[in-house]
Order: sequence, then C-alpha cells, then structure tokens
Amino acid sequence: MEKSEHLNLYQQMVVIRILEERAAELYQQGKIGGFLHLYIGQEAVSTGLISARKPQDRVITAYRDHGVAINCGLSAKEVMSELLGKATGVSGGKGGSMHLADVNKNFWGGHAIVGAHLPIAAGLALGDVYQKQDGVTICMFGDGATNIGYFHEAMNLSKVWKLPVLWVCENNQYGMGTTVERASAVSEIRQKADGYAMKNDNVDGMDIMKVREKALEMIEEIRSGSGPQFLEINTYRFRGHSMGDPERYRQQEEIRKWQENDPIGIYRKYLVKEKIASEEELNQEDKKANEILEEAVYFAESSPEPDSEELFKNIYVEEGR
Amino acid sequence: MAKITMRQAISQALWEEMERDPQVFIMGQEVGVWGGTYAVTKGFYDHFGAERVRDTPISEAVIIGSAIGAAMTGTRPVAELMTINFAFSAMDHIVNQAAKMHYMFNGQMVLPLVIRTVGGGGRQLGATHSQTPDAIFAHFPGLKVVAPGTPADAKGLLKAAIRSNDPIMFIEHATLYQVRGEVPDGDYIVPIGKSTVQRHGDHVTIVTYSKMLELSLKAADELAKDGIEAEIVDLRTLRPLDIEPVIESFKKTNRAVIVEEGWKSFGVGAEISAQIYEQAFDYVDAPIKRVAQKEVPLPYNRDLEQMALPQVDDIIKAVKEVL
Repeated sequence: MEKSEHLNLYQQMVVIRILEERAAELYQQGKIGGFLHLYIGQEAVSTGLISARKPQDRVITAYRDHGVAINCGLSAKEVMSELLGKATGVSGGKGGSMHLADVNKNFWGGHAIVGAHLPIAAGLALGDVYQKQDGVTICMFGDGATNIGYFHEAMNLSKVWKLPVLWVCENNQYGMGTTVERASAVSEIRQKADGYAMKNDNVDGMDIMKVREKALEMIEEIRSGSGPQFLEINTYRFRGHSMGDPERYRQQEEIRKWQENDPIGIYRKYLVKEKIASEEELNQEDKKANEILEEAVYFAESSPEPDSEELFKNIYVEEGR
Repeated sequence: MAKITMRQAISQALWEEMERDPQVFIMGQEVGVWGGTYAVTKGFYDHFGAERVRDTPISEAVIIGSAIGAAMTGTRPVAELMTINFAFSAMDHIVNQAAKMHYMFNGQMVLPLVIRTVGGGGRQLGATHSQTPDAIFAHFPGLKVVAPGTPADAKGLLKAAIRSNDPIMFIEHATLYQVRGEVPDGDYIVPIGKSTVQRHGDHVTIVTYSKMLELSLKAADELAKDGIEAEIVDLRTLRPLDIEPVIESFKKTNRAVIVEEGWKSFGVGAEISAQIYEQAFDYVDAPIKRVAQKEVPLPYNRDLEQMALPQVDDIIKAVKEVL
C-alpha cells in the first residue's frame, strides 16, 4: 500500500470522528432532528472494509451510516447538509441521518428498519448476476439484525442462489441496550453462517489493517465465484445507541477499556511504528480533517432549506399521487 | 382480437414482455418447474430458462426484498406472491421499502418492480387464504395498486405495469382466471391510473373493480329488466385513484352504490364515498350505499362463506334503496 493511500484512510477515519462529534453538538443545539446514531469507535470497520472494494462493488448498510457514506466517497458537506435536512444534502433533506445514499458512488443507502436491507442486498447481487457484472455486494449490519427473520431469509437465498455478497456483521456488543448474550442464541455471531453452510470468519474491528486484509481476501474469493461469505467484525461504539440513549446498560469502566483500543490511535501507532508517516504528518492530517469539517458545517448551516415544492416531488417516477 | 381467459391474457402479457425486454424476469414460489400455482407461467421455464423464471424458497420477505434490490440495479423483476394473504409476510418490504425508496433518497432509487399477486374469497380456503386487503396497500403513497376486472384490462395493465418505473402491486382475483373476454392481440397497453366506464346508464352509478365488476354487471342486467339503467365505473387502479369518471357519472345520476369485496370499514367504498361527498355534495340525491364483505374473518363452510361475501342480490337491493 502506498503512503498516500494510508494517509487517505487515516484522514477518512479522522473525518468520520470529527463529523460525528460535530453532529452530536449540532444535535444538542437542536439543529439536527430525529434520531442520530454515531459511528465513533467503529471507524476502522467501514474504512478498512470499503478500502478493499473495487468501484463495481456495491455497499449497503443500516442506519449508522455516516461513516460508511464518507468511506464511499460522499463529501462531509453533503452528509452534514443531509443531517441538517438541507436542500444540498445527499437526499435533498428528505432522508436524514438514517437515509444517506449516493448510487453514483455505488453506495446504496443507509436503511433504518433493522435487517430489512439484507434481502435488498441479496437483490443488488442478484441484479449483478442477472446482468453478468462482476460486482460484489458488501452488506453491513449490526449484531442485533441477526436475530430477525429477514437475516435468515437473506442468508438462505444468497446461498441457494450463490449470490456474490459479503455479509458483514458489525458486532458492537449491543443491540440498542441489549447485550449479544441476552438476545442471540449464539454469542459468536459467525456461527449463524454455519447454519447456511456459508464460509465465515471474524476479525478485530479496532485494527483497520486487519479488517482491510480480511476483506480483500474474502471479496476476491467471492468475485471468483465462491458464493456468499460472512465476516463478523468485533467492534464497540463509544457513544450510546443514539443520542437519546441513557446508557443504563453498561459501566463506564467497560467503555474506558474499549477506548484504550481507539481505532484511530491504533492506526496512528502502526503508521508511526512502521515509519509510514511521522507524528507531524499525521497531525497535519488531523488539521486537514478539522478544516474539512469546519467547511462542511459552514456549508450545511448556510445552505437553503428544501423548497416547499419538493414535498410532492419524487413520490413516483411517473405521474400520480 | 381473440376471446381468451383472464389466465391466458395475463400469461400473454408476461410472455410478450419477456420476449420484448431481456431485463424482465419472473421470480416467486413455484413459478418455474411447477408452472405457477394458477398455471399462469406454464411453459415459461422451458422457454425462458431458470435464470429468467426463478423458483424461490417460501420466503416472502426475501422474494420482495431481493426483487427491490434487483430492480434498483436496473432489471425489471416481476415478483410473484402466491396469494395476497402471504404479502403480510413481506409487508415491511412492500410498504416500508418499495413504497418509500424513491422519495426518501430523493429520486436516486428507481424501482421498476411488479408484485403480482392473487386475492379474493369464494373458494372455501378459510380465513387466512381468502382475503381482499387491497385497500391496505392503496393506503401508501409511493406504491401503485392495480386490480383488473376483465381479461383485456389484465393484459393491458400488466404490460403497462412491467414497463413502468414505479413499484406496482398487481392484484389478480382467484375466481376470475377462467373468465373469458375479447383481448386485443400483441402490444396492447392500458394506462395505469385510469378508471373507465364499463356500462352506460342514467339512473345510478355503481363504482367497483376486480371481481365485483362481474357481479355488478350481472346486477345491472337484472335491474335493466325493471327499467333501471346503471352506469358502472371500473376503478382498475386504486392508487393513483382516477376519481374523475366517478364524479362525472355521479353528477349525471346523483346516486351511487360502491361495491367492493373487502370489508366495508376503512375500505375502498369509504374512500370513494368520501370523495364524492367532498367533490359533488350538491349533486347528492340519496345517501351513498356501500356493498362489501360482512365484518367477519371468512369461514370455511360454503354457505357461511357465501353469506359473508357480497352477492348480486345485495347490489340490486342497494341500488333500489338509493333510487
């Protein structure tokens, strides 16, 4: 991997971190409405994973989607604008935090009904198979989503039809406030893939290089015709499930322990230790990321609200109400 | 123009569209090797092959969910739900995903998707297999709901649905498959979202669709013997609803009976009568009547089931009450 690529990935992670911190502030100021699910702590997961895709590979995820959007190449400006519900947002202010997408960047959305995007992901892969394209669909979801029927229907169909999907479970240890052990019959989520005779693996989601390496390997096997595979990525969200989370279900001690494993810190140490980049260069990247977010927040705040005419636009492609 | 059954008309529309456009494919339970549980896709598997006529597991959520995903990539899936009663197992994907996707992502997602399904009672299949929940689906902006009552409309509307870029629930009726009618050969398109007058008359307006069109036409023939001429407006599409022909007819007759197979509460009749009152109140000469299913889960017993379903006599009685 080239140095510039490393610096790019590092910057993406820092951009996500700062974007989420700024979003939390704006939420508290009442400038962002609805729900807000932060990705802080999980940055290495999607950054590593998506760095392993080729342009023809589709990405689809759940509602914790801001980081994924950044990794797919969406700008912090258009993401932040969407969070503020502005006309300049990626979904014109109609989707909000949970519904970011840019199909031109092969990012097929944040989806807000737990597990419901897994059948859709199977369909994206079916579309590629049907049209004889060699894309792999990367479908991300949380540990909580593996307990709903959609998960099992999608696993089964993808295996029966040998669909090119990399199923990625981001196990952040909690479905909202319920631990994996309290909600899932198996605590190692990847075991569920065994039930569908699906090749599976797991990886430490706090270490971007490990995630990337594993993803590269699995995506290329799938592209070569292995059929779907399943990757469990162990991670931790440093913040609550959403901004409205009272966090009665976990101890500060547990949070602190995970924070010592900060994915950005781990990557930083790696880059310095391997002499890929100096502390100073990385500080420069931090500074750039800060500037990107300064601009993004300014852009979003000064962007116009959607026109009232937008209310009735895009209900259908063809005329009708 | 040939006289063919509703089943043949639907089959013809599917076949012709698959011949015309390689992006069109069929998926669903028993659509392939079996030939379709209502024999609509008989012969398709041998002709078009397993890639284009895809047998699925009994997994309604992933049938509709994956059809949504495939449609988003530019293919044109026709996903079949064996009966509309099973649509409840795919409800999230129909109303929360398919109906929302285009709007929520500001036009980025385009879903050229047809969900073909079959509803209706009258075959002693019991409470879980005999429902007519069309109005539920028509409740959701973003979805289009089509329910043809004649073989010609079935062919023309299905072809229009397959060519449309919006998600469409195409609801057939289980007891109409054997009904015969004149159907134009080849490329025959009936636009979605257009109601039509199926019978002209000056004394009363009957608003109906799907199977109840058949009963309404029979009732109109009986009424004609007594000198009562009913005008029958066939909705054909429930959403987007084309209310104009209904209002136009009502302004002429000043009386209306709405006939639907589903339950009366919160149903199609409730919507249509409300719109008539809203748009043509000054023309009302009698309270609008609704003929609908009795408010019970449909029983298995033949006589009890028929008691619960709307009958020709119910329509005649309702018409005489509004006159």
